[in-house]
Amino acid sequence: MSELVAENLHLWRGEQHVLRGIGFALSRGQCLQIMGANGSGKTTLLRALCGLVPLEEGEVRWRGEIVSRSPHSFHTALGYLGHDNGLKPDLTALENLRFATQLRRRAAAAEVAAALERTGVPECSGLLLRRLSAGQRRRVALARILLTEAPLWVLDEPASNLDPRGQSLVTELLAAHVARGGMAIVATHQPLGLVAPQLVAMALQ
Amino acid sequence: MNARQDQVEMTAAEPQIEGSGLGRAVVALVRRDLRVALRRSGDTLQPLGFFVIVTTLFPLALQPEASLLRDIAPAALWVGALLASLLALDLLFREDAQDGTLEQLALCGQPLASLVLAKTAVHWLLTGLPLVLVAPLAALALAVPPAAVPAVLAALVLGSVTLSLIGAVGAGLTMGMRRNGSLLAILVLPLVVPVLIFGARATAFAISGEAVAAPLYLLGAMAVLAVTLAPFAVAAAVRIGLE
Repeated sequence: MSELVAENLHLWRGEQHVLRGIGFALSRGQCLQIMGANGSGKTTLLRALCGLVPLEEGEVRWRGEIVSRSPHSFHTALGYLGHDNGLKPDLTALENLRFATQLRRRAAAAEVAAALERTGVPECSGLLLRRLSAGQRRRVALARILLTEAPLWVLDEPASNLDPRGQSLVTELLAAHVARGGMAIVATHQPLGLVAPQLVAMALQ
Repeated sequence: MNARQDQVEMTAAEPQIEGSGLGRAVVALVRRDLRVALRRSGDTLQPLGFFVIVTTLFPLALQPEASLLRDIAPAALWVGALLASLLALDLLFREDAQDGTLEQLALCGQPLASLVLAKTAVHWLLTGLPLVLVAPLAALALAVPPAAVPAVLAALVLGSVTLSLIGAVGAGLTMGMRRNGSLLAILVLPLVVPVLIFGARATAFAISGEAVAAPLYLLGAMAVLAVTLAPFAVAAAVRIGLE
């Protein structure tokens, strides 16, 4: 049973036909890896799936419901990490994560600390985001995704700015998420260490 | 550089936000925006400084005649308030759009209209309310009789609420653009002209000792309309701005 189904997605950006009839189905415990050259529309596809960019044609269904008509339950189940980390530079990592979590559910400080521990940056907890390196910020953003407890992760180049250990952290987190029955859509060229049927690969032209 | 200087004191005993869903999200958002504004108080206070400078320069530039100052006081106060509120709008969504937190608000599963209303309320608290609080000083500098000050303040409260909410629609639409100042002004100014007219009228009536109820009621009606309808327009504008 597929939880997330996309059918015949079309999108133009100005004169450019970026998404040309894209479709896929994703079930629990599956990860969709999106590959493609720079400018092939990976980010646009992810943003369109989330509902940040309206589709010109086609539909996305989450658990049978059309997302554009009833986005609420889809968004509640969605953890989105785009190019931007979605964190405020003037807040500490802890404050950022508590806020991001409180938008969705009650958050205990211990949980936040555990998530930072898991992504390898516990020492950054009390530091302002603007003082962290790009890689540390990305790790804090990954902790944010963990804290959403969302069944569906949508990650755009999650390992950008990360060192080799950070890159293997991303694959570990994804493997654990998928093993728990979670779903993920990841735009990356990095091997994710998963194999079919857990991994569905898609290449954009 | 000493890293410890940036270590912000951790509020370990911060109380848990109770309540479920939307209420909790709104409280968290209000707290976050207040905290960010406190850490960047320079940016937050800039529109207020602008208002004070504009309104206090008039008495210096004009002949120091009380009757003349009193005549231009409504115009000086309201044009100052309007331009200060335009200046402040840049703070409302732009940074949240740049660091990606606005996307997160749009995708968190809570109604965006309520969240942007909360954001706009905080914005008014930080830019509109201080303006109302310093307005008595500006009014005195413009030779407004003290008896007229309460009515002037009432008009400014109602007017600044409307200005913030209408401005938020324009701020949402233009937040993705670079150098959006002039476009924002072109979008917003025609919509806020009624606030300027009735606000200045109420102030003029108050100064000349006439009944101010009629323009105040109109300002109040506009504020109520803005509070109830603008959030939906702001949410739609933010979604367009995020594309």
